[in-house]
Amino acid sequence: MSAIVAGTAAPAPSATRRPRGGLLRAILRNRKAMVGAALLLLFILLAAFPHLFVPWLHGDPRAIGDVPLAKPSGEHWLGTTGLGQDVYAELIYSTRESLVIAVVAGLGATILSVIIGVSAAYLGGFADDGLSMLTDIFLVLPTFPLIIVLATYAGKGNLTVIIIVLILTGWSYGARQMRAQALSLRNRDFLESARVRGERSSYIIVVEVLPTMISLIVANFLGAALYSVLTAAGLQFLGLGDPNSLSWGTMLYWAQNQGALVNGLPAWALSPGLAVALLGVSFALLNYAFDEISNPALRPVRRRRAKS
Amino acid sequence: MRYLIRRLGFFVLTLWAAMTLNFFIPRMMPGSPEEALRQRFSKGGSVVSPEQLRTVLAEFGFDPGKNLLLQYVEYLRSMVTGHWGVSIGSSLGVPVTTLIGDALPWTLGLVGISTVLAFILGTLIGTVAGWRRGGLIDGIVPPVFIVTSALPYFWVALLLISLFAIGNNPVLPNDFNYDQSLTPGFTGEFVWSVIKHGILPASTILITAVGGWILTMRNNMVTTLAEDYVRMARAKGIPGRKIMFGYAGRNAFLPNLSGFAMSLGFVISGTILVEYVFNYPGLGYMFYNATVSTDYPLLQALFLLVTLAVLICVLLCDFAVFLLDPRARTKG
Repeated sequence: MSAIVAGTAAPAPSATRRPRGGLLRAILRNRKAMVGAALLLLFILLAAFPHLFVPWLHGDPRAIGDVPLAKPSGEHWLGTTGLGQDVYAELIYSTRESLVIAVVAGLGATILSVIIGVSAAYLGGFADDGLSMLTDIFLVLPTFPLIIVLATYAGKGNLTVIIIVLILTGWSYGARQMRAQALSLRNRDFLESARVRGERSSYIIVVEVLPTMISLIVANFLGAALYSVLTAAGLQFLGLGDPNSLSWGTMLYWAQNQGALVNGLPAWALSPGLAVALLGVSFALLNYAFDEISNPALRPVRRRRAKS
Repeated sequence: MRYLIRRLGFFVLTLWAAMTLNFFIPRMMPGSPEEALRQRFSKGGSVVSPEQLRTVLAEFGFDPGKNLLLQYVEYLRSMVTGHWGVSIGSSLGVPVTTLIGDALPWTLGLVGISTVLAFILGTLIGTVAGWRRGGLIDGIVPPVFIVTSALPYFWVALLLISLFAIGNNPVLPNDFNYDQSLTPGFTGEFVWSVIKHGILPASTILITAVGGWILTMRNNMVTTLAEDYVRMARAKGIPGRKIMFGYAGRNAFLPNLSGFAMSLGFVISGTILVEYVFNYPGLGYMFYNATVSTDYPLLQALFLLVTLAVLICVLLCDFAVFLLDPRARTKG
């Protein structure tokens, strides 16, 4: 699709100098990124304007209907639940909570990993040893059991608790990468010159270091968001979420509890999971694409280039 | 040697951190365990005297009258010596170690085999895909496995159930670890039943876990192939297969190996969900049940055990890297 321009794919130094313009162009050129972005856009639309996709619905999408356990039909596109609720309407309206969990927990974990990773690298010495050790410990602690333990003790169903727990358990992998990249930047000339100019450390970190790490930070956010989507859905599926909330994991919980598969309603049992999977796929595609963009060696070989 | 000692130190420190978390989480949380326990027992219809309650709580290391530091030291001692208390959940009074001992083999068999298989398969496919860069396999592999690696475990499990285990003609069972009408023993029928019950859960783990290995191995491979020593090997005319495995693959494999240990946490999270969906009576399912019945001692013991398992794997992988990579040995 853009075989010729690919030849100009920015070499690393110029990419670090103009991160924004180069990054945007690189995204537009990457097919995986475009598919992922399109999917994500669709989910954002669903989360922001759910009523546009269920125009006939007035009132609560969880409203109890007359026909329980109906098979998919013209009236109920994905059938109904054991209480006669329309699965399609629930699915659309659930997008919001699932997306909010992903974005908020993803952002929180990314911010935490930037703070810990970059300060470990920048401070060095004793602080680095301590922070690295902390990161490594959190990296190998089995997070999902830890989350379950925390969610059990902290009271089931609280959305804030789930998000905080996701942030606390999701930052370590990113922090490790942040530290590695910040370490490699530490002795570059432009940082040295900033130091010679007499800038404060906080200024150097925020204005000089972070912009050069933007692609890693974005990739990290995508990874953390993917982790949050899957983990939150898993928690809710196990019944550790709020059973009255509108989210895909909760829908799955009820589908499992009311025997959707046994009752011959695969559409009900599988569609919320498919939504989770698609949202996850969109994050994963974008993430992988960012990997390709920040590491040109990984880009797909373009054979057509030889012809032109 | 210093490297190994440092890794051992890390092992001990992390284990201590896990045990400390285990100790403080219930104590930091709102609501006392005593209250939760009393509610649990009264819900179950059984009458428990305050003394009994206190005994159970003492087993669990909780004694409101005692100094927190003393409690902590005592708790650490009983954890290390294997005094993990008795269950206060559905199997009231049974020692936690017995319960875990019953469930452990099933999880080890199911999860151990499928995880190792996923790792080996993924590494091999990733090696070939990275080697034949831009070839047929490499064209298909990344997009397909980006998708599979982002699929939720439980969804794959439900999908497999609806495809193979439900309907007019179920091909495979979707429940439990073996046919309950059979008596366990080394008979052909029994073994076949165990295998049949394991296929769907194992495939679930395999499908969701293999993608990550393929992708990281492929990317490592691509990066390694650009190294000078690979070009040198090519220039010397060494056969391709030998370069692929002996030169590039061997080096690309090292980060994957450390990644294997790190990602075990994800495997365990998947295990809990997979065993839950399939009602497979392993540790993951037990963990879920312990949550539902707020069985604190069991929950604590399982968390500790899982951490221990991950740490041992990390340690083993460290040793393997130590053996395979001379750089790790000299780095000190």
